[in-house]
Amino acid sequence: MMSNMTNPTMISDSHAHTQEPALKMEGVSIYYGSTPAIREVYLDIPPHQITAFIGPSGCGKSTVLRCFNRTNDLIPGAQVKGNVFFHGVNLYSKKIDPVEVRRRIGMVFQKPNPFPKSIYENIAFGARINGYQGNMDQLVENSLRKAAIWDEVKDKLKESGLSLSGGQQQRLCIARAIAIQPEVILMDEPCSALDPISTLRIEELMQELKAQYTIVIVTHNMQQASRVSDKTAFFNAEATEQGGKLGYLVEYNDTVNIFTNPKQEYTRDYVSGRFG
Amino acid sequence: MKSHPSPLARSQDAQMWQPKRNLSKWSEQLVKYIFAAFALISVATTLGIVFTLIFETFEFFREVPIFRFLTETQWTPLFTNAKFGIWVLVSATFMTSVIALFVALPVGLLAAICLSEYASPRVRQWLKPTLEILAGVPTVVYGYFALLFITPILQTFIPGLKTFNGLSAGLVMGIAILPFVASLSEDAIYAVPQSLRQGSYALGTTKRETITGVVLPAALSGIVASFVLAVARAVGETMIVTIAAGSNPTLTFDPRVPVQTMTAFIVQVSLGDTPATSLAFKTIFAVGMMLFLMTFVLNIFSFWFVRRFQEKYE
Ligand SMILES: Nc1ncnc2c1ncn2[C@@H]1O[C@H](COP(=O)(O)OP(=O)(O)OP(=O)(O)O)[C@@H](O)[C@H]1O
Ligand SMILES: [Mg+2]
Repeated sequence: MMSNMTNPTMISDSHAHTQEPALKMEGVSIYYGSTPAIREVYLDIPPHQITAFIGPSGCGKSTVLRCFNRTNDLIPGAQVKGNVFFHGVNLYSKKIDPVEVRRRIGMVFQKPNPFPKSIYENIAFGARINGYQGNMDQLVENSLRKAAIWDEVKDKLKESGLSLSGGQQQRLCIARAIAIQPEVILMDEPCSALDPISTLRIEELMQELKAQYTIVIVTHNMQQASRVSDKTAFFNAEATEQGGKLGYLVEYNDTVNIFTNPKQEYTRDYVSGRFG
Repeated sequence: MKSHPSPLARSQDAQMWQPKRNLSKWSEQLVKYIFAAFALISVATTLGIVFTLIFETFEFFREVPIFRFLTETQWTPLFTNAKFGIWVLVSATFMTSVIALFVALPVGLLAAICLSEYASPRVRQWLKPTLEILAGVPTVVYGYFALLFITPILQTFIPGLKTFNGLSAGLVMGIAILPFVASLSEDAIYAVPQSLRQGSYALGTTKRETITGVVLPAALSGIVASFVLAVARAVGETMIVTIAAGSNPTLTFDPRVPVQTMTAFIVQVSLGDTPATSLAFKTIFAVGMMLFLMTFVLNIFSFWFVRRFQEKYE
């Protein structure tokens, strides 16, 4: 129902905007309790591309990202208004089971959070619970290979996932997300706890993964956004009368344009580091 | 000026920074010794207890061969024709404890899961302290609750249930230790980092799957610790069984009849006028030793179990 593999324009990367979006936000506002955190976001995420969310701290990038797989549902008091479409299906309609949404749209968190289980179990856990019928050993190996960590862990699959270094743990978490074969992977500052080498490995990894997955990444690192992403969304927050901050989407375009020829002044200031 | 000038070069605004630590070397040492002394007191007390136990038990076995202790089927140390079959008391302790644990462990664990994972913050905020208050009710109250309230109710539908019986004592003992299990398990479950739950949900798991697959395994050590404490309390519980189960040493697993547990026997002898040098008096040490060994083995087992199966998240 949600496959778009027949779309012929998919081959061409440069004409991404002609494709049907994988994810689409229509007038999405998000509230924590009665306080609005994000207002009226309209956004199309093209399939098989990397979309980066940038913006100052607290402007609501994570909040927006969490809408895509309905993890905001897990936060008491969080409310999403507006529509989020996944291949044309409204994720927030009553018929949709958030558990299935999260199976199809995976997520990698800012802080690596491997389960305190063996490396093997970390990967197998999600697959088993979702009733994967294939060869589990094979799936574990493939996922670890795709996440570029197989060589480092293949001799110690029985050891705890927490025995790995931070960078390895993050790749393990990526492998874990891949293992349930989602269509989209959301990454919330996946490299913020990592050293430059691990960061580079994960960036390379994202380039390889985008052939199969749609990736949305939140990052504070401008170079990272410009290096890896195809499209960039710049969020900002404005002060509200109540003294809070309300996030909104300032500009959304191909990454090249955002960084070399931004239309909004805010964007220009932010990407050039003159923000304040 | 300080008596010990630092070998490091003086920083710029040195006068501005004058820590009052002239006595610090002394006081640091002193504090260390004071703490060590307190630590020593607790260790020494424990050792003292263990040594007394061992010594008196040894004395006991000089008069009663251990073979008789382990093979006789009657427990009548206060009679002229004394019999010392410890299994009579052990069986009663075992039976009442098992009944209690059948109540306390499952209900306690489920209550803990419910409190930690399903209850709203408000409900939790009220229920948790309530549980802790319940845990503080003196067990003598529970004892009379069992004898005067539960037993009569049970008698209406269980034929042959005596006024003193293991069933009622066990059930109420289960209720008495339930708050400990619930509260300690809840602490352990609640302490599992939220990020693990999020990680699990993000893989498309339901709440139940997340709890059973990720949260409980991570909290295992705390849960097992609460179980072990429950068992230790059940085995060592004194007032409830003394009041509600009777003082009638019988080798039986029939929960309807009066029995005497190990602890109830100790109470009986120490409350009576048995001279402190008599053999009968020494029996309570032998029984105490048996209790001690049971809890000790249990602790070792749980230690091994946790090491083997826990999924450590730190
Ligand atoms: N669980 C929550 N409960 C209440 N308010 C929240 C919650 N999470 C976020 N907020 C609020 O929503 C706003 C946006 O937060 P969010 O975490 O989405 O920002 P962000 O852009 O991801 O910031 P950062 O770059 O620092 O991660 C903030 O003002 C924050 O206080
Ligand atoms: Mg964030």
